[in-house]
Amino acid sequence: MHVHEKPTFESNYTVQGGNFDEAGKVASQIKVILKKLGLQTDVVRKAALVAYESEINIVSYARKGTISISVTPGQVKIETTDEGQGIPDINLAMQEGYSTATSKIREMGFGAGMGLCNIKKFSDYFQITSEIGKGTHLKMIINIENGV
Amino acid sequence: MTLNEVIEILDADVLVGQDQLEMEVKTAFGADLMSDVLAFAKSGSLLLTGLTNPQVIRTSDILDIAAIIMVRGKKPAPETIRLAEELRIPVLSTKYILFETAGRLYEKGIKGCVERVDNNFARS
Repeated sequence: MHVHEKPTFESNYTVQGGNFDEAGKVASQIKVILKKLGLQTDVVRKAALVAYESEINIVSYARKGTISISVTPGQVKIETTDEGQGIPDINLAMQEGYSTATSKIREMGFGAGMGLCNIKKFSDYFQITSEIGKGTHLKMIINIENGV
Repeated sequence: MTLNEVIEILDADVLVGQDQLEMEVKTAFGADLMSDVLAFAKSGSLLLTGLTNPQVIRTSDILDIAAIIMVRGKKPAPETIRLAEELRIPVLSTKYILFETAGRLYEKGIKGCVERVDNNFARS
């Protein structure tokens, strides 16, 4: 892991909770940038997917949130912080199929209790912390095998 | 197989991508749950779905899905069409149900982009 390397790209994005029409816009932007940086296809795919599911979570469950991305020659790091209800039981939330989604979320094709599982599955490193009434913080790292 | 042949097999309407019908496709994935599409679909595949909201287009963009086939005669909302046009993702609509759509394409040589899922998520 090249954790101490200087970032070649860094950016922050604000995501508005409840704005279902725009959900996924930030992830699309991130994908375009990572492609332009010349990262391998599978790294771009994993990072975009992880950013997308995280963005859907912010839109679905929080008032607002930020997605930050940092790229170094060895890894893509994505962090999300939201102002929301928080997750009372993280172990339960991480179980595939467990969901507290509203019908609005399900109409979009999400809310089947797979989002966090997908994020974990496609990340090389995944960390989740949450505080009731404050919000949730996710940290995901996707390794770049041969450098940029 | 080209999208033109797909259109013929499925008696489909072209909603977006009239200029991209020479595109070649070999594989497909079918689901209404976008989280499943994200987990299992592969780049360059057709996406067969009954969902019509803009998230279908977003999901397809994230994965570099070749083209979307909306089944059961579904017609998407204008914002879905707009997003597909902006991101240049072809969208077709067929009156066949998902099972028939998949079967007709399979019969003509389109394969699933994954055959089966043997290593699903480890449950914690």
